Amino acid sequence: AMEKSRPLWDNPLQFIFACISYAVGLGNVWRFPYLCQMYGGGGFLIPYLIMLVAEGMPLLYLELAVGQRMRQGSIGAWKIISPYLCGVGVASVVVSFFLSMYYNVINAWAFWYLFHSFQDPLPWATCPLNINHTGYEEECEKTSSTQYFWYRQTLNISPSLETSGSVQWEQALCLTLAWLVVYLCILRGTQSTGKVVYVTASLPYCVLIIYLIRGLTLHGALNGLIYMFTPKLEQLSNPKAWISAATQIFFSLGLGFGSLIAFASYNEPSNNCERHAVIVSLINSTTSIFASIVTFSIYGFKATFNYESCISKMILLLMNAFDLEEGSLTADNLSEMKDYLMATHPREYAQLLPQLKNCSLEAELDTAVQGTGLAFIVYSEAIKNMEVPQLYSVLYFVMLLMLGIGSMLGNTAAILTPLTDSKAIAARFPKEVISGAVCFFNCVIGLIFTMEAGNYWFDIFNDYAATLSLLLIVLVETIAVCYIYGIRRFEKDLHTMIGHKPNWYWKIMWTFASPLLIISLFIFYLSDYILTGALQYQAWDATQGQLVTKDYPSYALALIGLLVAASTMCIPLGALVTFIRKRLERESVSTI
Amino acid sequence: VLLLSLSVVAIAHAELCKPDAQNAFKVRLSIKTALGDNAYAWDANEEYLFKAMVAFSMRRYSSKRTTQISNVLLCNVTGRVSFWFVVTDSSKNVTTVPGSEIEAAIRMNRNRINSAFLLSDKTLQFLKITSTLSPPVEPSTPAWLIVFGVVLCLIVAGIVFLIVGGIRQHKKKNKESAERESLEEKDEVTVTAENGIACESLDLKAGHINGVFAADDERFTSL
Repeated sequence: AMEKSRPLWDNPLQFIFACISYAVGLGNVWRFPYLCQMYGGGGFLIPYLIMLVAEGMPLLYLELAVGQRMRQGSIGAWKIISPYLCGVGVASVVVSFFLSMYYNVINAWAFWYLFHSFQDPLPWATCPLNINHTGYEEECEKTSSTQYFWYRQTLNISPSLETSGSVQWEQALCLTLAWLVVYLCILRGTQSTGKVVYVTASLPYCVLIIYLIRGLTLHGALNGLIYMFTPKLEQLSNPKAWISAATQIFFSLGLGFGSLIAFASYNEPSNNCERHAVIVSLINSTTSIFASIVTFSIYGFKATFNYESCISKMILLLMNAFDLEEGSLTADNLSEMKDYLMATHPREYAQLLPQLKNCSLEAELDTAVQGTGLAFIVYSEAIKNMEVPQLYSVLYFVMLLMLGIGSMLGNTAAILTPLTDSKAIAARFPKEVISGAVCFFNCVIGLIFTMEAGNYWFDIFNDYAATLSLLLIVLVETIAVCYIYGIRRFEKDLHTMIGHKPNWYWKIMWTFASPLLIISLFIFYLSDYILTGALQYQAWDATQGQLVTKDYPSYALALIGLLVAASTMCIPLGALVTFIRKRLERESVSTI
Repeated sequence: VLLLSLSVVAIAHAELCKPDAQNAFKVRLSIKTALGDNAYAWDANEEYLFKAMVAFSMRRYSSKRTTQISNVLLCNVTGRVSFWFVVTDSSKNVTTVPGSEIEAAIRMNRNRINSAFLLSDKTLQFLKITSTLSPPVEPSTPAWLIVFGVVLCLIVAGIVFLIVGGIRQHKKKNKESAERESLEEKDEVTVTAENGIACESLDLKAGHINGVFAADDERFTSL
């Protein structure tokens, strides 16, 4: 009977779009601008581009080549390279599994905000009234309406990790919807995924261009751009800048999860993966820089807006206290008038002093935010002050959804490809059932993140589930290909596939530079964790209306250890299991 | 005598109406903020209107009161524009109406007072009288649930469509392979097979003829 052939991408463009859709994710939008701001503005581009060339491109090329050559998911591919390395594939699947558990919650939040964008005014634009309608909610008064909407009405966050609270049914609904969308896209394997990635890869760029035009024309955008992009070259001497650049490139490309291997395994064997690796990594980095231009103009707008409202508040305060005529105090003469009033009415001025703030544009620009805080609080705050905020809100959250779903497609591909490759499972169940089971299982576990303390668990997964394990996985991958499989054999394989041998640059990067970089990153992170001592997290204090730092309870620390151990231990365990199995086979053969 | 009585009245009024006096309220107007270029100047006529509005509010609130415009006293008018006012009680000599009554009256008629001056709660402030904020309009079903429902139906429809399509394709494939198997089982009808594929199912026209193996007459040396 005819053998069932492996499904393929319809054309190489689908493959490139799938890789771009996977690699260009939320990290490009909410992590890179933060790093750029913290580590020297425009000057950060220097370590970033160096790391791209030294680490990003070679490792991406390596993973794509392995997938395309072995034409199997991560477990099968590493088994072919060496039977003792099946643990590497399993570790990749475990890490992808952890990631898919918590990552889709972000899509649920994006859906929540998207659905709430169809109101006038936007629900996060004003504070809700308190019970007797005499003023605004107390918690909302202490903080801002956007933060209140995020922490109270979206997350309904509890004061600490220990108080779990109940599952928020609204968030649970959005999470279920997010998983249904993912299921719809992966249902038919590459047939359906291949069409979906056209949309998830290109739509974010359309929205980013619209936002670029809108952002640059906002009042005060230029302040943000100039402030953020002026290079502070002295940061280059800070080792943290280089480490952050290396880390960002590494995690931004999504190496080590097995998704890239899975995508490449659906390629024609003659596909030019070298060219594609260069294209994808360049597009990924360019998107990061592009997104940070948008983010900085939004920052500038928000900072200018806050600065100007601070000034107006001070003017109003002074006018009311000293009964000055309207219009006598303006932003220009504020400081002179303050001095004048201090001289003429010292007692009243002294009484007023605690309420008077020195409004500073620089202080507003200096607030650096990353992660969900940037995406959901800062951006929604900027959006509520634009004209036609509903339109920009819908566009923005649709873009977040596309970015998030694109990355989820890669994640689920990393889990499903090994499952559908293994004959034991694939023969018994059709792939629709396997995909459905994976989605359902992840959805049920994901309900933990919809509880009141869910955001704290989310932070644990986000910070610890993937970081160390991925570094180790990619390190083992590089060493395996270069030294166990053999660089010469790999060269010959590439020659068969794409028609020419990789030049000396790639070979040096694979054999020396990239492994050294990864080892140094690994050592840095390990020592950082050990030296920090007690691990802490940010908890939301409703009485103060701000974040406070707390220590993790012991069971949370145990979970962190379990997350890291579950994936890293797979590598040695896999080697051990294979070793034992071979020993048993040899013994059973010799007894015959 | 007239002069004396007038001055007594004036002094009495000054006693009743001063900043932080009992039952006195401070009012603050922000006319330029509210009206911009259409702002009117605050003069004696506007003050008269204000007195009239306060008297009107007192009359509306309590039908017992026969408050006259002369009962409302304004003082300490500043350039801001802000001033203090009290309402005197004509039945009792040289006393002011209790603050709670004034507060209730103003609250009841706040809208009328605001509209008389083309201002709002924020731009015409009675400093000790809090205004009830209007609650936001809440529809019976929250808007987000409607959008959620629409998107959910679309996604579920898409999933069902794809699954049903997949099942149908699967059944068609099974039927075809079952037919082929039943064909191969019949030994009488020898089906020419090449590499396990029945020749009939191959579309010979679509295949390529490999030039190397095609019979080429010129290869054979002629006898």
